[in-house]
Amino acid sequence: MSIDKDKIKHVAKLARISLDEKKTDSLTKDLSSIFKFIEKLNELNTKNIEPLTSILNEPLRSRTDEINDGKIKDQILENSPKKNEEFFIVPKVVD
Amino acid sequence: MTDITKKSLAQIVKAIKGKEISSTEVTAAFIKNIEKSKKLNAFITTCSDEAMKNAKEFDKNQKLDSLLPGVPIAVKDLFCTKSIKTTAGSKMLENFIPTYESTITKNLWSEGAFLLGKLNCDEYAMGSSNETSFYGNVINPIADQTVPGGSSGGSASALVADLTPATIGTDTGGSIRQPASFTGTVGLKPTYGLCSRWGIVAFASSLDQAGPMTKTVEDCALMLEAMATFDKKDSTSIKKKKENYFKNLKDDIKGIKIGIPKEYRVDNMPKEIEILWENGKKILKDAGAKIVDISLNHTKYALPAYYIVAPAEASSNLARYDGIKYGHRSSKGSNLIEMYENTRSEGFGDEVKRRILIGTYVLSSGYYDAYYLKAQKVRKLIKEDFDESFKNVDAILTPSTPSSAFKIGEKKDDPISMYLNDIFTVPANLAGIPAISIPSGKDKKDFPLGLQLIGKPLDEQKLLNIALAIEKRSGFKQSLKRWWEN
Amino acid sequence: MSKKNSEYLIKGDKDKWEVVIGLEVHAQVISNSKLFSGSSTKFGANPNTQVSLVDSAFPGMLPVINKYCVEQAVKTGLGLNAKINLHSVFDRKNYFYADLPQGYQISQYKNPIVGEGKVVLDLPNGSKTIGIERLHLEQDAGKSIHDIDPNNTYVDLNRSGIALMEIVSKPDLRSLDEVNAYVKKLRSIMRYLETCDGNMQEGSLRADVNVSVRKLGEKKLGTRCEIKNVNSIKFMQMAIDYEAKRQVGLLEDGKSIDQETRLFDTKKNETRSMRSKEDAHDYRYFPDPDLLPLKIDQKLIDDIKKKLPELPDQKKDRFIKEYALTPYEANVLVSEKEISDYYEEVAKFSDKKLAATWIMGDLFALLNNKDLSIAESPVSAKNLGKLIKSIKSGEISGRIAKEVFEYMTQSGEDPKKIIESKGLKQQSDPKELEKIIKEILKKNQKNVEKYKSGKEKIFGFFVGEVMKISKGKANPQLVNEILKKLLKG
Repeated sequence: MSIDKDKIKHVAKLARISLDEKKTDSLTKDLSSIFKFIEKLNELNTKNIEPLTSILNEPLRSRTDEINDGKIKDQILENSPKKNEEFFIVPKVVD
Repeated sequence: MTDITKKSLAQIVKAIKGKEISSTEVTAAFIKNIEKSKKLNAFITTCSDEAMKNAKEFDKNQKLDSLLPGVPIAVKDLFCTKSIKTTAGSKMLENFIPTYESTITKNLWSEGAFLLGKLNCDEYAMGSSNETSFYGNVINPIADQTVPGGSSGGSASALVADLTPATIGTDTGGSIRQPASFTGTVGLKPTYGLCSRWGIVAFASSLDQAGPMTKTVEDCALMLEAMATFDKKDSTSIKKKKENYFKNLKDDIKGIKIGIPKEYRVDNMPKEIEILWENGKKILKDAGAKIVDISLNHTKYALPAYYIVAPAEASSNLARYDGIKYGHRSSKGSNLIEMYENTRSEGFGDEVKRRILIGTYVLSSGYYDAYYLKAQKVRKLIKEDFDESFKNVDAILTPSTPSSAFKIGEKKDDPISMYLNDIFTVPANLAGIPAISIPSGKDKKDFPLGLQLIGKPLDEQKLLNIALAIEKRSGFKQSLKRWWEN
Repeated sequence: MSKKNSEYLIKGDKDKWEVVIGLEVHAQVISNSKLFSGSSTKFGANPNTQVSLVDSAFPGMLPVINKYCVEQAVKTGLGLNAKINLHSVFDRKNYFYADLPQGYQISQYKNPIVGEGKVVLDLPNGSKTIGIERLHLEQDAGKSIHDIDPNNTYVDLNRSGIALMEIVSKPDLRSLDEVNAYVKKLRSIMRYLETCDGNMQEGSLRADVNVSVRKLGEKKLGTRCEIKNVNSIKFMQMAIDYEAKRQVGLLEDGKSIDQETRLFDTKKNETRSMRSKEDAHDYRYFPDPDLLPLKIDQKLIDDIKKKLPELPDQKKDRFIKEYALTPYEANVLVSEKEISDYYEEVAKFSDKKLAATWIMGDLFALLNNKDLSIAESPVSAKNLGKLIKSIKSGEISGRIAKEVFEYMTQSGEDPKKIIESKGLKQQSDPKELEKIIKEILKKNQKNVEKYKSGKEKIFGFFVGEVMKISKGKANPQLVNEILKKLLKG
């Protein structure tokens, strides 16, 4: 399966990463060879195999319904590149 | 006076407990080495002042009944350390200062140790040579312009250069074991779930495991004992009784069955690796173990499967780096989408971008079944191979890496040749089983080579015992001249 | 108001069109803390004060599931007569938005916690069963506030991570009335179970509406459009109506419907396409590797089933059987748990039928008038019960009771006290009444003649006069009896 530039552009958009032409070209080349490599898996017939759902053979552990977190507004906002006393601030979405 | 920094961790702990040396003296000695070793670029952040303060505090009222009393330890910059910058080797987290401490490092500090500094690593743990870090390449102390391996390259380099008595790294596809092999040190990837992932910058959630990187097997046991605890904040953490890996360490392996998987004998395998492997078999046989030929049928599909699963999980785990809550934010972009795209384009390096794109691709509509689902099925087959083999053997012996350390820049342009470094280490991650690399030989360049032991789930004690048996008998010795010091 | 549930059809230029509707209801789970973190879920807190490191997706943070939220989902599934899946999986739904700090939402895709079920609607012309496709648990997102700053959006993550149950119906709904009944029924069931408070103004209940049309008689389903995030039943109905007409218009013009996501503009009352068609969401679902598959014990399900409160449908059947209420009466009285509780308390004291009449009549009129919920009723159940008891015992007449009720709404007082203090006791002494009636008949001989000559309507005049003299307190039954007797002779 070949990876073409348009696919790369589409995937980059999904991943929210901007790429210039040069980068798109080199990534197309890289990903093409990487995908050739991973397509080795097609040699295997896995029709009746169940996928691995979890490495551990344990059931999902749960916790009780108690409030023991939050109330740390300053800590939460501290590292934000753009904020005010109360909110994170982001540019508007173009509608 | 003997150079305390050349000693093993266990020896240092013994000396501190025996009041032969103070924490202050130990810490000062390592700091001195660090200051002279900037050429190696092993550290991203040094905490010398804090460390000295902690050492002096410790010496004031020494609490000696812990595992690591008064020991300064540097850790891979993937572990979130409270109030100390944590970068994951990336520009994205250049100024990120966590307000919380990872469970693993917290465990070390509760055993009496304290932070010496944050060690360089491949960006977001993606790499096998520590050449993808935003903070520059790390140099392998065994020879100039040689890679230390990755992604825990800074950790391995600092360890072998005596800049830290022991350290911790993370291993997703071999990132502890491969650098251990390249630097002639010991590196263990524990059973998935044995060490908590809480507070470690996530790369691939179903594969990541924190583990010790040490000079000796004994040190490895000691560190693992301090690290491994059940953590209720991590839903994938295993609940089990704590084990005394250090105390129970012994090299008696009579009757233990060691499996030799024929599929690990890859095409064009360098002669030296063959010899190393044969040697390992002999050592274990002489020590009383039984050697058994086994087959792990799906070995050759492990690396392709890994390069689907790991990037897929990474593409999702790295979606949180959006410039909103923390980390880098681009000053370019007039709306939200542009801000995202520029931030992530500026903040992530090339290898990370590559893997995010692969991961996004293999999960995308129309490709999920052919790639991600298929890879998870192959993973099941690989795990079943191991489960089957472990019915007949106690552990499996293989080389750790297909070569010794290579030159900086040698494999940078070909991603596949870089990925092939992980060919022997990746299967254990996919199956979630423990594996350790022990330095056991050298190639004709006099560079170290490691042997890998792969064990049953939660069977770390046995694995360490066998590793000790190899260590005691391999004759591996490494004494480096500190050519890098200014 | 049992108006006929007339067929809801869109009359196009050429044909009659049937509207096929499916609802995806998002119900916020009642719990103290969030689905995967220990932050509080309380509504109305100051921004970003109920946010943990996990909620805001800091590096290295991991989810741990809240057992109670799982139980709430199981409870709701049982209330929907649905299959509880013993094995279910949490998946990541990947997309980027400012109020989604992880860059993905933890949800359930192929293996939800609850499977197929059903809900029975009571409509004016009979009952209808609506199929439930599934129910799954997922995280709610935070809030993006667009109107504080013209150039920026402000983000509050308090809501981020609160547990939601997404209830997906089969495309069985066919009219605006059915949609109304369905949402109200779901809401009622969850309020009975205390798994969701159904407060649409606070956003604890929202819906995405799927609408398609097809010619009446056609079996194949048309292309559907999804209208996202409609947060009131009225808007749902308006959106569906607009959308159905839009689709019919396009189809009759020979055009086709694009399967797309739309928004309902509450100012213009129309649906419009969400921008960026090129940005079609590819959610890249995959099982969340930070969580293991969820395993539910059959024992847990059985325990929860045992402790389930009586649900609306069961209560309705019981009211009909035990209290001899009509299906319509029963339906109204069980629509809210608070109403049925109120009713049963009133009925306990007095008369089951009268209680129903009074609640559905006078009490509801009062509450509607003053825009109060039954919980805020100025007339307590106990007191209403006493009032009805007084009517039943003959202490007061029905007419006077209305007066007393009026006083009760103002003072909240015990009716007995009001009857006492205002001297409203019914006059039921036959001797006294005879005296009064004889007086009236004596004074109105002409009308007595008229009555005896056949003008039966004059009876009302005499009754009126008795009421006037007695200030309305005369026992109407006795008055009738005595009047008849005296007029005969």
